[in-house]
Amino acid sequence: MAEDQKNKTTPLMEVQHIDKSFPGVQALDDVSVEFFTGEVHAVVGENGAGKSTLMKIMAGAYKPDKGTILFQGKEASFSHPVEAQNIGIGIIYQEFNLLPERTVAQNIYLGREPSKLGVINLRQLNKQTEEVLRELGVDHMISSTLLVSSLSVAEQQLVEIAKAISLNAKVLIMDEPTASLTYTEVNLLFDLITKLKAKGLAVIFISHRLSEVFGISDKITVLKDGVLIGTKYTEEVNTEDLVYMMVGRVLDHYFPPLGIQEEFGDVVLKVKNGSNDFLKEINLDLRKGEVLGIAGLQGSGRTELAQALFGVVPFKTGKIELYAKAVTINNPTRAIKRRIGFVTEDRKSEGLLLMQPIRDNILLALRSLQNIFKFVYKDGIHRSSSLVSDLGNQVDVRVDSYDKEVQDLSGGNQQKVVLSKWLASEAEIFIFDEPTRGIDVEAKVRIHDIIRGLTKQGVAVLMVSSELPEIIGMSDRILVMHEGKIGGELPAESSEADIMLFATGQKNGNGKPSTAANGRGEK
Amino acid sequence: MTTKIINGIEIKRENIFKKIPQVYYFLVIVTILGITLDQVFANGNILSNPVILRNILVRSVALGIVAVGQTFVMIGASIDLSVAYTISLTAVMTSLIIQGDPARTPMVIVIVLLTGAFVGLINGLVITKLNVNAFIATLGTGLVIKGILNGTFSSGSMGSVPKSFQALGYEGFGPVPYSIILLVAVLLIGWFILSSTKYGAHLYAVGGNILIGRLSGLRTSRVLIGAHIISSLTAVLAGLFIVSRLGAGTPWVGPDGIYDLESVATTVIGGTALSGGRGGVFGTLAGVLIFGVIDTVFNQLGVDTYLKMVLRGAIIILAVASYSVRSKREAA
Amino acid sequence: MSIQVEKPTSTSMLDLLANIWAWVRKIPPVYPIFLLVAIGVSQLNPNFATVNGIMAFIRRAAPLVILAMGQLFVLASGGFDLSQGSVVTLTIIGSALIMHNHEEYTYLAIAIMLGFGILIGLVTGFVVAYLKVPSLIATLGMLLLVKGGGLYWTGGAPKGYLSEAYRFIGRGYIDNVPLIGRFPVSGIVLLVVATILIILFHKTNLGKQILAIGDNAQAAKLSGIKVRQIRMIAFMISAITAIIAGILVGGYGGSSYTAGEGYEMQSVSAAVIGGVLLLGGKGSVYDVAFGGLTLEAMVSLLNLLGLPKPYRDAVQGLIIIGAVAYAGLRTKKRD
Repeated sequence: MAEDQKNKTTPLMEVQHIDKSFPGVQALDDVSVEFFTGEVHAVVGENGAGKSTLMKIMAGAYKPDKGTILFQGKEASFSHPVEAQNIGIGIIYQEFNLLPERTVAQNIYLGREPSKLGVINLRQLNKQTEEVLRELGVDHMISSTLLVSSLSVAEQQLVEIAKAISLNAKVLIMDEPTASLTYTEVNLLFDLITKLKAKGLAVIFISHRLSEVFGISDKITVLKDGVLIGTKYTEEVNTEDLVYMMVGRVLDHYFPPLGIQEEFGDVVLKVKNGSNDFLKEINLDLRKGEVLGIAGLQGSGRTELAQALFGVVPFKTGKIELYAKAVTINNPTRAIKRRIGFVTEDRKSEGLLLMQPIRDNILLALRSLQNIFKFVYKDGIHRSSSLVSDLGNQVDVRVDSYDKEVQDLSGGNQQKVVLSKWLASEAEIFIFDEPTRGIDVEAKVRIHDIIRGLTKQGVAVLMVSSELPEIIGMSDRILVMHEGKIGGELPAESSEADIMLFATGQKNGNGKPSTAANGRGEK
Repeated sequence: MTTKIINGIEIKRENIFKKIPQVYYFLVIVTILGITLDQVFANGNILSNPVILRNILVRSVALGIVAVGQTFVMIGASIDLSVAYTISLTAVMTSLIIQGDPARTPMVIVIVLLTGAFVGLINGLVITKLNVNAFIATLGTGLVIKGILNGTFSSGSMGSVPKSFQALGYEGFGPVPYSIILLVAVLLIGWFILSSTKYGAHLYAVGGNILIGRLSGLRTSRVLIGAHIISSLTAVLAGLFIVSRLGAGTPWVGPDGIYDLESVATTVIGGTALSGGRGGVFGTLAGVLIFGVIDTVFNQLGVDTYLKMVLRGAIIILAVASYSVRSKREAA
Repeated sequence: MSIQVEKPTSTSMLDLLANIWAWVRKIPPVYPIFLLVAIGVSQLNPNFATVNGIMAFIRRAAPLVILAMGQLFVLASGGFDLSQGSVVTLTIIGSALIMHNHEEYTYLAIAIMLGFGILIGLVTGFVVAYLKVPSLIATLGMLLLVKGGGLYWTGGAPKGYLSEAYRFIGRGYIDNVPLIGRFPVSGIVLLVVATILIILFHKTNLGKQILAIGDNAQAAKLSGIKVRQIRMIAFMISAITAIIAGILVGGYGGSSYTAGEGYEMQSVSAAVIGGVLLLGGKGSVYDVAFGGLTLEAMVSLLNLLGLPKPYRDAVQGLIIIGAVAYAGLRTKKRD
């Protein structure tokens, strides 16, 4: 017990005056933070604020240029992540480090398999794994001999946590652990974090979702541009304080004003009874000038709906009508010809050609509509065209040259390149899947403004998002998906609670406009 | 995979009956088809003559041994296209050094094994330390070996192996040829290493995701170099078997047998992905047997040598296609 | 925050040097390497640096350069074409068989072989794009198929002979060219092919789309690129260049059923020396053409150093590994 008292005053882990720079960027500048046992410590900041860099330094993946790391009062320096792991620092990256083709036990004890003369003791391996899973209280969900590929995202995260526990982690760093979890799974995770906290672990938690930060953390550290803004007790601050700390100014408008119902045009896209392996009986209308938000839990068919409309995984039965004419959209090329654009969830793997110049990315979809033997022009479709720079300016891509490779751009700028690509192809219907994932707060605002600007020019937008504030803030109408079906339709500015009722299947059908649709812009 | 529900919570349990690798169904189909063709168009003695059955196995020995090594490197997400020339190197060195003298046999075996280990080491080092694409690296080392062999021993076969050495190729323990015993031994050792040792577990990890391997503190380079050494050693064993059958080694025994491409093809057919991280030697064995059956049936039917080459090319492509066509990912 | 101090804007000389250095750094390494090797060759063989020597060199290098430029289309799309060598062989023995001592069948033979090239490219492309067989295996399989097919067709040995007109393409010279005296016919073929491929790769949608699918096939597909169609075209271009190269090789060296052996690796090596990124997304026809010239010059150098032919395979193996390792070191610095 005396030990406990002492631990309350001396931090379990501490970083002091950490500097770290990468070519061209000062990622961290004189950052000092203390982490205490039995505390959940949230680290927040915009993208590029240096959160991940700091975590990687603490976990031994990066070496600091300057500064010291203290662990249990002693100076520590790591030349390999394994060294940090061995003294009790566990980290769970956003991208899980699990082998899908191997079992839970093989993953948890990778590199530490119980063995004799190089031969693994399989029974021992599975026994130890079961013990760890039992300790976490998840042994009823996961068995040690299951292949990781058969587990859900949330279950895989539990395996990651079990791995850290099996290493006797005293500090557990989690980088955006809730990013791809469903609502119930997040609650499950938070229960577990509370349990770990009670066991005396220091849990460090990076998140973009401020509501979660307030829900779970005891302390919050804010970083901005690699500089420590401050560490506060959670109860001392509110959302506005935190946002102010993060962006350095008050963001008066989170979202642009909604569209005006009367100004919406005709129905441009209509789906009648669209079904495929993932979707059942989809019926929807999308009108010119409106943003139709698609909400729903992970796995509810949100992304599949976007993919079906774009012909990636087309509907097998049912009808799609564009401008009141029946059409077939069974591949992306057809969708693009019909002036549909698709801003995918994963920019890097589905949206961009990272090694190619910005200009070729912007012109990609437009060129796909043209003859393959057509000559290419530097800035667009004619010798004298300045399409690329016009579009770049329109969406405010900030670069010194369009010959730069896309991989050298920030996330926000990359997303703007994707947008320009569909503007170049003159899309009239934009499908967004998680338009602002992994983008910092300021760029988010910018992207939201651009989306609203598009609708004012007569574009129809269908926006899939897992972030309810984004759905509520942007949508003129909300469809909530549940188990591959449209669970219900809600009017603009419905509450999170209403949406969740439909998303979890507790309600279906049309929601009544129960919430007041005013008070906009007064925030 | 089965799921059962306890107190409303879904519980996933592994199916106790491990699935038979899919490739064995394919093997059965090919065999039935082969026997039918033999019955209809040839003398139909595949079934009646046990010698033919044994020949299928013997025919599969060299390819089978090499393919076990190839399975190791491919599980490690690498590839070894130098095996054909390593086989040639072994065959030439063996007959050259042994010069018909049975007393030199143990010495020769040690020398060729060491040489093979060296080739594997170089392959592994070039891939892991110089970061050269495995495919280019092993084609490159293959070219180097080929050049040295052709430049030095262009005069055709040289030396020969003694009768006692040829026992490996022609004799046996009772009705079971030594060569089959060798193949089975290599298979069992390969299976044991992959399924029950730390090294095997680490190889799957390195092939599945090398970053995870690194983060878990595995010496990923060593693991991969080890796989390449194993692959070269199996090529040496295959080379020894081939020279015992032929009586003398030539620089072209390896490339003529297309062991590089066929070992890759049989491994892929056996369920080991080119992208690594999964697979096993028993799948590969089925792939090898399929090729053995096809080969034997062609012989029974008296197919022209060149036509056989065409058919082989087509079969390799179609066999791999039968797996790849269902994959959602684009191939390049 | 520190106080900003105006720095005197002198040292324009240094700026100039920095600019020059920045410009020099952008030069692909293949050019200085080519220069070095060429200087080496001309030191050992003064004849090389004469107009005649250069013309002879172009004649010799033309097939490889053409193959490498074709290979680029496949490499840039993310694949490999290892069937090129056997297509070269097929062209030679097939042409000889078709002509069968009939001089007048020369153009018929060439037309038929080009047809074969398109067919082979179509089949390979189909296997890779639609059956999703990795091109490495698909083209090695095609290598067996084409080689076996060629040998089966001709009964195992070259039959017939190549007509004079046919051989003229690969080994002949145009005489009385102003300034340079004579120019190899294969050089003209090379220039024509290079011009077409440069236009296709650098000036048309096709080239951009090939790079797009080599960079990120999924993103390209979701941007409307017909990935499979583009892949098939890439393989067809490679196969057609192999046919053209085959005509030149046959003309230069006569009919033999080993004539094409090893060309696939040489063309990959030449492309890699020319800075092509294996697995796609980067490449330039100009640089690859010089990669081909460099490799050919290296072979000359080895010749002059008195290395027997088989050893050249060995040295080439080392060159490939070295070039790829060097490219790896350069790209590694990026991340």
